[in-house]
Amino acid sequence: MNKIIKYVLYDIIRNKIVLAYTVFLLVLSIGLFNLGGNPEKAVLSLLNLVLLTVPLISIVFATTHFYNSYEFMELLVAQPINRKKIFLSEYYGVAFSLSAAFLLGVGVPVLLFGASLTGLYLVLTGVFITFIFVAMAFLASVITRDKAKGIGVALLLWFYFALIYDGIVLFILHYFSDYPLEYASLALTALNPIDLGRINVLLNLDVSALMGYTGALYKSIFGSIWGISLSFGLMLLWVLFPVLSSKRIFSKRDL
Amino acid sequence: MIAIENLCKSYGKLKVLQQVSVSFGTGKVVSIIGPNGTGKTTMIKCILGMALPDSGDIKMNGASVLKQHAYRSQIGYMPQIGRYPENMKIRQVIEMVKDIRKDVKAIDEELVGLYGLEQMYDKRMGALSGGTKQKVSAALAFMFNPQVLILDEPTAGLDPISSEILKSKILKEKKNGKLILITSHIMSEVEEVADEVMCMMDGKLKFHETIAAIKKHTHEERLGRAIAKIMNEED
Repeated sequence: MNKIIKYVLYDIIRNKIVLAYTVFLLVLSIGLFNLGGNPEKAVLSLLNLVLLTVPLISIVFATTHFYNSYEFMELLVAQPINRKKIFLSEYYGVAFSLSAAFLLGVGVPVLLFGASLTGLYLVLTGVFITFIFVAMAFLASVITRDKAKGIGVALLLWFYFALIYDGIVLFILHYFSDYPLEYASLALTALNPIDLGRINVLLNLDVSALMGYTGALYKSIFGSIWGISLSFGLMLLWVLFPVLSSKRIFSKRDL
Repeated sequence: MIAIENLCKSYGKLKVLQQVSVSFGTGKVVSIIGPNGTGKTTMIKCILGMALPDSGDIKMNGASVLKQHAYRSQIGYMPQIGRYPENMKIRQVIEMVKDIRKDVKAIDEELVGLYGLEQMYDKRMGALSGGTKQKVSAALAFMFNPQVLILDEPTAGLDPISSEILKSKILKEKKNGKLILITSHIMSEVEEVADEVMCMMDGKLKFHETIAAIKKHTHEERLGRAIAKIMNEED
């Protein structure tokens, strides 16, 4: 399997997109840290940008990569290699390279300018988000054979999790505001990895004091080690579910 | 060597293979013929595990190959249209496959030499002509001394000299006791290299006989005519 990952990585590295992504993140984070002066503020701005761009770039890049590697996978399938191994190698190859880009582009500046527990959560969240959205991209790609359709599904997923979902949550909160919704909103958060990541980082910043009663509840839950591990555990589930289901689909379909 | 039992496969409503049962022995060249779209390539893809059959079984040396992968070390496959990563060079593709198949010690690079692929090692796969890609496919199929060779329309894109090289290679490997399956539409070519003919029609096995037997009971000298005669008899 390591051999196949090596060739997948080799293919990705020659493709300049990951390099451009690294540079983009690097410029973004260094710029933000040097703009405000207050590193905590910079982490907050960085969080918002990271939660918007990292899922988008991960999902689009992974989908196009999957379709472009079709020939490569076809070549390997005729060799004595397990199909699941081929699939997982593709997944690890893409997820590792994008995570490495993220660690270089965001992790290093955070370490240099704003090393703190919050910074660590930001970096961890970014890596998880990368793994989650690459997994979703692979799920979108194994569902349909058509490249345009696959990219469409991937973009729709991003749109849903990054933008539409928050609208739905706000709508629910507004509509049922007469009822106690603290735990319901907690459950709604778990259903969106981006929100999960946001809350993870936010609750370690002072701004969480501004979030009212729900914020206090969140703080009491997510503020503890138990809550942090719960939310990262949920994110792990968000990685495993799409990866395992797409692996299953991939090993059971005709090539 | 390979036994196919009641193989069925459909793509949606289209039944591509219906209850195909056939077996192939070693040291033979079997030609799979039949009109376009009768499931020849699908059957090959089922043997290779690229397409998954709906029902039925495929056995190699007595063991089922379904959901297995190790058996593929015994198969060399040359696809009808070789598709390769476009930005890899010929050298990289060949070296990658060699790297993956490191367990094989005896590497047969005769075709690489005969086709002069080394002179083109630094060309990108995407820049190659269809025929040159076919040569790469052929070289890869024969490289690891497999017991079974599956060649899907091997000479379709090759020039006459390259076809001759491939044909003599096929006959040479047959002498080494290998089973070689070839799909082809060119009857003269089938007559030249094959021992047996397996004919498929509309997803079903029509007949599977030796060429001598076909010629004998149709009283025809040429295989093409003999096959046409069998086809017409049925109508």
